[in-house]
Amino acid sequence: MKKITLAMGLFCAFPAAWAANDALYADFKAMMDSSFQSNGIAAKHRMYQLDFQKACSGEKDPPKKEMQAIEAAQLKTIRYPADGKYLGDWKEGEKIAISGRGLTWTDKTRFDNGGGCYNCHQLSHHEISYGTIGPSLLEYGKVRGSSDEIIKYTWGKIYNAKAYNACSNMPRNGDAEILTEQQMKHLMAYLFDPASPVNKK
Amino acid sequence: MKERKKGPLLAVGMLVVTALGASPAWADKATDEIAKYREMIADGNPSELVAAQGEDLWKKKRGPKNASLEQCDLGLGPGVIKGAYAQMPRYFKDTGKVQDLETRLMTCMQSLQGIEPKEVINAQWLKGERETMAALVAYVVTESNGAKIKVDLRHPEMKKMYDLGKMAFYYRSGPMDFSCTTCHGDTGKRIRLQDLPDLRKQEGAAAGWGSWPAYRVSNGQFWTMQHRLNDCYRQQRTAEPIYGSDVTIALSVYLAGTANGGTMLTPGLKR
Repeated sequence: MKKITLAMGLFCAFPAAWAANDALYADFKAMMDSSFQSNGIAAKHRMYQLDFQKACSGEKDPPKKEMQAIEAAQLKTIRYPADGKYLGDWKEGEKIAISGRGLTWTDKTRFDNGGGCYNCHQLSHHEISYGTIGPSLLEYGKVRGSSDEIIKYTWGKIYNAKAYNACSNMPRNGDAEILTEQQMKHLMAYLFDPASPVNKK
Repeated sequence: MKERKKGPLLAVGMLVVTALGASPAWADKATDEIAKYREMIADGNPSELVAAQGEDLWKKKRGPKNASLEQCDLGLGPGVIKGAYAQMPRYFKDTGKVQDLETRLMTCMQSLQGIEPKEVINAQWLKGERETMAALVAYVVTESNGAKIKVDLRHPEMKKMYDLGKMAFYYRSGPMDFSCTTCHGDTGKRIRLQDLPDLRKQEGAAAGWGSWPAYRVSNGQFWTMQHRLNDCYRQQRTAEPIYGSDVTIALSVYLAGTANGGTMLTPGLKR
């Protein structure tokens, strides 16, 4: 009986704590709503979160089960090339990997974006200006080979990284229409072509 | 001023050429070189010129009320500038608001000089009253150079702004799903060759908050904290934060509060 009373007490204590957080969260939402304005292509609706963005906005990642549910849902967004061809021109891919432009309020169009790959990844043997937020992709194809499986996985990762890690830092290049299918094919070639400086010294 | 810019810009250009010609193993060396270069020109920080303009503007009679800002209270009493910025943002009783330096200066410009806040809010960066603001900021923050960062979070409004700022810091949105943590939520990372402070931690927050506002060598501009935060959001691909809006104040309280105990090295000098 005593145990039940204690449990009831704890149960009753929670809603009070939630109410306090709810009030703060309501203030937070109001603050975000009043603090931003549309500017050019960067419309105000960009401040409204998708469900997974909200789930990934804590100090810690959500519980494993929630991560898996997000990943399963994101996996369904991936569209593989209709013609079955995954590899474009690595030289074009390099340009896309280097360019970090696009989608800001100082960009005129929301198309014509770079991949921004070098902001976070090491890729080729000769480009030294690379970031370290993501893992090094040096010799990507040389190390991993080019089986159907790795090709398909890599395409999926570029298209929607959240399908493999719900709270990944990497943008959903295909799903969020940052890059075109053709641009992603060029990036694939940059990663896999043996002649690409990613693989060839 | 223009003549003076040429030297550093040319030097940076040469550095970039050197960096591009180097092998991958030299990447860290390149960041070292940039640090060295910063030390080299630290003695002649071009912010001094902006700060001198700011001092003139602080003392100059302006606006419909033809008054100076010499009676402006930045939290330590009317006219006290020394060390004031190191204790901002803070809660101000007279406005009933938490204010950063720029929103506080707008209050002073309005009450003392009769210059409406919209003159600043609606201006372009480094134009009109926003250019005036940048100069005033350069002057005020120079007077906190070397001071300990000491932001008082005890007031309930400050505590609340800190909490809201922290939530904003982790808030992911927009077409690239970024938040402040994407770049500033880990230790020892960099974007391209630019080192990124981990702003969740005291050390990183002190390095970041403590070195802004700053003069940016790459574009020859002095940037206020509002300007810095605005460009962070631009690169996050969000909508634009309104000048002086609550999210900018809340983030500033979170950063400054996390940086407490660090040292202001203002104005900073950036690539």
